[in-house]
Amino acid sequence: MSLLFVVALPFFGALLPGLMNSAGRSACAGVTFAVSLAAFVGLLTNLPMVLAGEVVTARVEWMPSLGLNFTLMLDGLGFFFALLILGIGLLIVAYARHYLSRDDNMGEFFTYLLLFQGAMVGIVLSDNILLLLVFWELTSLSSFLLIGYWKHLPEGRQGARMALMVTGMGGLAMIAGMLILGQIVGSYELSVILQSRELIQADPLYVPALILILLGCFTKSAQFPFHFWLPHAMAAPTPVSAYLHSATMVKAGIFLMARMWPVLSGTPEWFVIVTTAGLVTMVLGALIALFKHDLKALLAFSTVSHLGLITMLLGTGTAFGAMAAVFHILNHATFKAALFMSAGIIDHEAHTRDIRRLGGLRKLMPVTFMIASLAALSMAGIPLLNGFLSKEMMLEETLHTNLFGVPWLVPALATFGSLLSAAYCFRLIGHVFLGPVRDDYPAKPHDPGAGLWMPPAILVVLVVVIGVAPFLAEPFVKLVTASVLGDAAEVPKAYFKIWHGLVPALFMSIFAVVGGLVMIAIFNPALRLWDATPRPEAKTILDAIVEAIVALARKIILPTHNGAFSRYAAIAAITIIAAGLHAWSTGTVSAATRVMQSAGLVPIAGWLMLVAATGGMVLMHRNRLLSLILIGIVGLMVSVGFVFLSAPDLAMTQFTVEVVTIILLLLALNFLPNRTPIESTVMRRARDTIVAVAGGLSTFALAYYYLLRDAVDTPISEFHLANSYKGGGGTNVVNVILVDFRGFDTYGEIIVLGIAALLIYALTETLLSGPVRARLLNRKPDQLRAGDIHPMMMVVLTRVLMPVILLVGFYIFWRGHNEPGGGFIAGLIVSIGVVMQYMASGFSWTSARLRYPYHGVIGAGVLIAGMTGIGSWFFSKPFLTSDFAYVRIPPFEKFELATAAVFDLGVFLAVVGAVMLSLESFSRLARRSHVPDSEHPMDIDPSRDDPLQIAAEPAKEGG
Amino acid sequence: MEFLVASAVGVMTAGGLYLMLRLRTFPVILGMSLLTYAVNVFLFASGRLTVGAPPILSDGVTVYTDPLPQALVLTAIVISFGMTAVVVMIGLGAFLGSDDDHVDDPSEEEDETVQGPS
Repeated sequence: MSLLFVVALPFFGALLPGLMNSAGRSACAGVTFAVSLAAFVGLLTNLPMVLAGEVVTARVEWMPSLGLNFTLMLDGLGFFFALLILGIGLLIVAYARHYLSRDDNMGEFFTYLLLFQGAMVGIVLSDNILLLLVFWELTSLSSFLLIGYWKHLPEGRQGARMALMVTGMGGLAMIAGMLILGQIVGSYELSVILQSRELIQADPLYVPALILILLGCFTKSAQFPFHFWLPHAMAAPTPVSAYLHSATMVKAGIFLMARMWPVLSGTPEWFVIVTTAGLVTMVLGALIALFKHDLKALLAFSTVSHLGLITMLLGTGTAFGAMAAVFHILNHATFKAALFMSAGIIDHEAHTRDIRRLGGLRKLMPVTFMIASLAALSMAGIPLLNGFLSKEMMLEETLHTNLFGVPWLVPALATFGSLLSAAYCFRLIGHVFLGPVRDDYPAKPHDPGAGLWMPPAILVVLVVVIGVAPFLAEPFVKLVTASVLGDAAEVPKAYFKIWHGLVPALFMSIFAVVGGLVMIAIFNPALRLWDATPRPEAKTILDAIVEAIVALARKIILPTHNGAFSRYAAIAAITIIAAGLHAWSTGTVSAATRVMQSAGLVPIAGWLMLVAATGGMVLMHRNRLLSLILIGIVGLMVSVGFVFLSAPDLAMTQFTVEVVTIILLLLALNFLPNRTPIESTVMRRARDTIVAVAGGLSTFALAYYYLLRDAVDTPISEFHLANSYKGGGGTNVVNVILVDFRGFDTYGEIIVLGIAALLIYALTETLLSGPVRARLLNRKPDQLRAGDIHPMMMVVLTRVLMPVILLVGFYIFWRGHNEPGGGFIAGLIVSIGVVMQYMASGFSWTSARLRYPYHGVIGAGVLIAGMTGIGSWFFSKPFLTSDFAYVRIPPFEKFELATAAVFDLGVFLAVVGAVMLSLESFSRLARRSHVPDSEHPMDIDPSRDDPLQIAAEPAKEGG
Repeated sequence: MEFLVASAVGVMTAGGLYLMLRLRTFPVILGMSLLTYAVNVFLFASGRLTVGAPPILSDGVTVYTDPLPQALVLTAIVISFGMTAVVVMIGLGAFLGSDDDHVDDPSEEEDETVQGPS
């Protein structure tokens, strides 16, 4: 199966659990299991190629210009991790089916789980580091959802937030590091980067890149000092903990270190940073784990400790270290997932995870006891179990590791860590399962059904098989190691054996196990000592830091952001003017290259009207109706200016928009006060005048200098002019640009327009369903109403005009491709025609005759435009590629049919719908309770019997 | 001609800015509309001014004005209608809900009255 499917399956499959939710819990889990299984099998079909040493790839060009391509590759390392992710994922799904209670929304859980699984598989199969980063962030997000799955638990929410914060910030650092790496190599393809070891390590930016990438890895893999989020993430349901903290999430950082091992490792910087971090994490994690009473917290810190161990092994930079790391990743995943699941079983059956309240479960839960003990003994490093093998390889490796010039430092600390590790494993077995049976468990513990114990049992079988017959795992581990090492080193010759003879590592191992037993013997005094020692609590520190940042932000934001719009506007205007002045004073201006064109009397007259109207608006803005009329004059003059300056399309658009805008503002003014009172002080008005004049002068200067100089380069419109007819089949270049060259822009714009209209509709709905409704219904108009609201003259005139307007709209629409016109303008013209019906006969009369709701019209418009765009996919062309042909149907002249016209139809519909929905929403507000809706088109109708019935109402009210 | 257009842009900007700094919603909305005109004309003028050469291809004509700014401004005009409508609706909703059409938060006004004319 193609790798693309392996990655895509969990993502698409994530839709299914939600759908199956109502079909029952088993169906829900079943479909998730099937999806995981399909991906798992798909992965396995690639096994022969991987075993043959080939690298399987899959590639889809995504954004080649950015170097971002959807390229996947599967080598030994990727296969190994994908196998863990999908394989353990299957067991987790089966386990979760029985673990989650009836109150938990299973569909939601499995959706998150599959999203997470897909993101993880994406990380380990990515061949492009940018793609890898995308998946990396996806794991942070989906793990946030998983950890916080129990939304009702504050610990769950806090733990999820902390995990997201820490891993998210690490992810940001890693993005920076990866970008630097990509810049050094000149490619974002992993396969290229992995070949460029010398280039990268010689680059001066190697160290910053290394540190940033390691920040990402360390945060994800909970390395000291970022280890604190992992235990808090234990508030998640146990299947999540078992999945995230054994095989997946926290292994992502390890995976990346292994992936980048050939190019990043081997330098002193890598060695010191990674080995030290790993070593500290290993010892610290084990120490804290020993004294944790919560079973899951113990396991969480032991995970931290083991991740430290693996990190340290990768840090050594030797081939043997890398092999030991790979082996331990495998072993840790098996025994740790089994242990987490066992902890979940105990929690599920005994209703507590507190070790102090447990004990003696051996007799009550023999199956769980077997599973958990074997897994724990493996973790402790007891022979014949797999943990022993990799731990011994680790100890062997430490003997050759010389950190800070002290040869005994690493082996001693590693042995100490192993000792602590053995101690907490023994404590887990001893304090939970051994000892006398108690009679104060919160619930009566007993072994669960097979659904719960089978998944960990399968893992424990692996633990034992690998432990007894390590040679079975050897070829596979070596294969993976080979792909970790790349060309940087040879796979070591060492054989996986239980008995290596009396080597030093064996003595260290024995010392650790014996020491662990001693530690358990003196556990109680040690615990008292531990409790008496003051320790910094990471969560408190983090909370304090976050609080300090929030306080700082508040200090900056609150004084500046105080809700005074006019102040923001003034600050913004002054800043923009100042920035412009700065650019002006520091830049250079070339000499004018264009000659000023002479202006006749007519343009001067138009200019005078525009300036007078603007001036009048400013001076008389307190009279709102007057200023509305004046702005109409300004808009009219702007339209006339467009006509004069060779922009017929713009003129038509501006003119029609002007009409609907004025209607809109009139509708609004209907509710608003008619006058603006004098409120601002003289000083304030003077200040505003200065700002306004400064702004006006600067835009004037900018425009003036601009207009007298030619463009520096040939404008792109040369291309549009040259190709409009040949390529787009239209002679109106503006329209061809809108529907063809820049059709995607237009598509976005009609969507925005539609959203704006829907927003207006939604706001109206909110107003009409809230307390405002009553006030609106009982509103007394502050001005005299017309006696004849729906005059006969107007009604008749608009009815007569309607077909004419529709015909004009149709004509404007059709000629749009070749002559001024098009969907936008036609849409506005038709809207005006419809609005006139509203004005003449009122809201209820008109909407009663409305066949199609405007929402639908907007939607149809956007859909038609989108479908036209998608249509070109069927001809293997990019989105919105247009085509045209000339046809001749007698007796008409030859005319052109273009797909762009269909697109323009979408634009037309969207514009009609948006304009009408906006205006209609406003007029809905105007309906009042004491004015009954008239079902007649006009108030005074000589052909009716009771002509004055309705007209009488407003007349009374006016008096 | 260039002077006329540039000064018209300047005048509309100044008027728009002044109105935008007023305290009530309606003048502010009108000010924004004026500013929209100014910006649209400015953008349109970035194709330089040409009289009598519309970008409608026809045989034998070689001089056309720049069509691209026109296409961009055309959609800008339509979108600005949508935006004006939204702002008007928000302003109207605020007024109907609180019987107050100030653009600033009340706290700001109190500050102003406490400070007095400054």
